[in-house]
Amino acid sequence: MSLGISAIEYINGIKNGTITAEEFVAKTIEHIKKVEPKLHAFISLNDNALEQARAIDKKVKAGQNVGAFYGMPISIKDNICIKGGKTTCASRMLENYTAPYDATVVSKLNAQDAVIIGKTNLDEFAMGVATEFSAFGPSKNPWDTEYVPGGSSGGSAVSVAGLESILSLGSDTGGSVRNPASFCSIVGLKPTYGLVSRYGLVSYANSIEQIGPMGRRVEDVALLLNHIAGKDPHDPTTIDNKNQDYLSGIDSGISGKKIGIIKEMSSGSGLDSTVASVFKNSISAFEKLGAKIEEVSLDMVEYTVATYYVLTTAEAGSNLSRYDNLRYGYDLDSEGYEFKSYISKARRNFGPEVTRRMILGGFVPSAGFAGKYLLKALKVKSKLKKQIEAAFSKCDFLISPTVPVLPFKFGEKIDDPLAMYLADINTVTANLTGVPAISVPYEVKNGLPVGIQIHANLLQEKQLLQAAYALQNTTKLPEVPL
Amino acid sequence: MIGLEIHCQLTKLESKLFCTCKANYRGFEPNTNICPVCMGMPGTLPRLNKKAVEKATMIAMALNCKTPQRLGFFRKNYFYPDLPKNFQITQLNLYGPTSIGEQGKVSIEGKEIRIRRIQIEEDPGRLIYEGVSERTAITLVDYNRAGTPLVEIVTEPDFDNPRQVRIFLNVLSDLLENLGVSDPTLEGAMRADANVSIEGGNRVEVKNIGSFHDLEKAIHFELTRQTSLKERGIEIAQETRHWDDKRKITISSRSKEEDEDYRYILEGDIPWVIMDETSLQGWKKNMPESISSKKERYVSKYRIPAQVADVLSSDKYYSDLFEQAHDESNAKEIANMITTDLMGLVDTREKREQSKLAPKHLSDLVLMMNSGKVTRSSAKNALQEIVKTGKSVSDIMSSIGLAKISDESELGKIIDDIISQESTAVQQAKENPQTINYLVGKVMQKTKGKADPTITLNLFKKKIGI
Ligand SMILES: [Zn+2]
Repeated sequence: MSLGISAIEYINGIKNGTITAEEFVAKTIEHIKKVEPKLHAFISLNDNALEQARAIDKKVKAGQNVGAFYGMPISIKDNICIKGGKTTCASRMLENYTAPYDATVVSKLNAQDAVIIGKTNLDEFAMGVATEFSAFGPSKNPWDTEYVPGGSSGGSAVSVAGLESILSLGSDTGGSVRNPASFCSIVGLKPTYGLVSRYGLVSYANSIEQIGPMGRRVEDVALLLNHIAGKDPHDPTTIDNKNQDYLSGIDSGISGKKIGIIKEMSSGSGLDSTVASVFKNSISAFEKLGAKIEEVSLDMVEYTVATYYVLTTAEAGSNLSRYDNLRYGYDLDSEGYEFKSYISKARRNFGPEVTRRMILGGFVPSAGFAGKYLLKALKVKSKLKKQIEAAFSKCDFLISPTVPVLPFKFGEKIDDPLAMYLADINTVTANLTGVPAISVPYEVKNGLPVGIQIHANLLQEKQLLQAAYALQNTTKLPEVPL
Repeated sequence: MIGLEIHCQLTKLESKLFCTCKANYRGFEPNTNICPVCMGMPGTLPRLNKKAVEKATMIAMALNCKTPQRLGFFRKNYFYPDLPKNFQITQLNLYGPTSIGEQGKVSIEGKEIRIRRIQIEEDPGRLIYEGVSERTAITLVDYNRAGTPLVEIVTEPDFDNPRQVRIFLNVLSDLLENLGVSDPTLEGAMRADANVSIEGGNRVEVKNIGSFHDLEKAIHFELTRQTSLKERGIEIAQETRHWDDKRKITISSRSKEEDEDYRYILEGDIPWVIMDETSLQGWKKNMPESISSKKERYVSKYRIPAQVADVLSSDKYYSDLFEQAHDESNAKEIANMITTDLMGLVDTREKREQSKLAPKHLSDLVLMMNSGKVTRSSAKNALQEIVKTGKSVSDIMSSIGLAKISDESELGKIIDDIISQESTAVQQAKENPQTINYLVGKVMQKTKGKADPTITLNLFKKKIGI
């Protein structure tokens, strides 16, 4: 029994009795204990995982109704709430915070008999591209532990790539699912804004972020999406997807489909040459699959990183202001403080990147500057949306490298925020426009993974997953060197 | 010039603005009417209470406001311990008209007061200060109120004097009650701040005013203060002043909070609410009849005197009673009974809550009166008993014997007694027949109002020969 099996293989194994949930979960826990000191994918582990797996096995044996995941170990990013468990957001501010309720995605996974194996590491409050900003130390890239795993859902990507879980849920505000998926050579999907409930996801930039499924195979991601998508009364921004089945017909192929190469994301001085050559190979693969390729220009892309940071810091400034240490938080005596001096003292527990964005977030929407920054950013956003709409009137899919650069070493970009922010240039467009985008692992060059990004139009996840599946089957990736 | 900002809780709603906790938080132990949503716990999202949109729209319509095509919500960001999220979800017309109403007007005594804007927002929690001295002072927070649906009504500076303000607030309070959206008599359900300025002076905002009574005083104080500054040639600073409840004066608030930049941003967690014509028409149709229309109907249909109709229509409690008790034949008498006999018995919230009176009591009593079985003054006594006990009219008639005495022999005996006791008055009545009322009054006294006044008078006249 290999821990590297796909979700579909796992389910078949349980169904035909070749594996039990207890065995698989036990082996997973054993493996986690072995690799965690090296990888640090998790912030906390579920102590009841084995017990839960055993109970599910019992149901299977008794012929009772069993949920779709059959005790499959799934990891959850630690900015998604699980009732009674810690939800730290990798921040000292919430180091001991216990959530009083389940996120909608967590309730859904529990209802389908998933075993939530643990909570994964992230950049503090999901702000970063390397998990270097976790207050509890970074996660390491399983392909080479001197390299960052990407972020902010780095822990989730590492847990999946490092065989510590079959599937994972991350969150994607500007690429936080796709970036680490690309860096760790796994599949990561940012769904259409509103397709997956955000209830229980701790907000960073609430108007553009989504919870996204991550896995080693495209079909696994489709399966996970099947069980988390849809209208949720707790999240008024959710959309009714009419229980669409993303898995059925995933092998339909993309013959005759039109694919646009986004010029601004696939050329220029910022693009690493290795990444460029891998991307070229993927274009040939798409052509062989029968797709028609053309180049598409979205000139607003040039302004998207600036726009993204203006909008997200404004929203983050507001979303994170509730962390004043009055109702929950950490021990800090209030003796001798006025309210304002107390909270400014308490909020020093935020790490450097969150602090940086809080300061920007206070500035960007302020009375004298909103016109210069916030309103301008909103204008770019709406222009970009129009360009994307126009592009999708001609194309079925839009492609680019997921990240223009290769995974980098720890410490390489942490002191250069602007260089770090530019790593987002290919991923933020999907968030700013709401369209779905997926990163598909395509090659591992000199030991470093490169992923290909495919965008589809709003709510076209089914077609998007078909394209990703087709691309996946044109490549054979090496095994992760654990 | 005076303008007002009035905050009114929608106390009649079942739940808070964004969660299922109770909208009327009163009577709960501190911090028990709360949930993860109204406490702003990490990861929670607001769910807009659709009923709040409906009720607030009714207020906007009643104040003759324009309704926007879509509603938007915004975050007003500021740090304060009573705000669980450290921002308040409110409305703003940042991208065109997106608040629940704008450009309305109300007429009071011929003066038109323009309504600038109406918006829906969430009430913060409550701070409770304890400790007697500075050193023992502590601040406690009760979040039961946090998230209660509030409607803010902003007027143009159209008031000339505190009296107009008072009349406006009374009209508004009656209107809100009549719409069935709020109980303005509940403590804290209706609060107001005032903007006060005089010719050639800057605008001064007065906050922290506890009651409407104090609001009138605060405005009066502010007008006097500004006039006196002007007379002495001192410039009136544009500022926010707080009403000092103990000293009954306004004090400049030097705290920085007042100049705070609220860094408004769109609340992305609440999608735009499209105000479709069908819903709007439906709400309009479901709006209770307005006070002025009720009054007009009472006068024209039942010939109820204007003054009585005014009292009856402007108080929802009275008009509801009237509507349920009256029919074509007894309307006038029911109206009279409510506005003269009943009024003193149910003039406060507590008395109304405790009252056992039902509309049927009123119609039964009027029927008794009209058929000559009970006198008006007995009816009044019966009302007292009904309000206290809720007993049926017939039960009261038999148990305390309020039935009218019209038996001539019984009355004759009583009259004979009075004639022998009141010889001087009898003599007077013979000389001046009008004074006989005194003697009739004596009979009424003796019978506790049960004697039929007409029969008594005639019998008396006969007995003393006038
Ligand atoms: Zn609540």
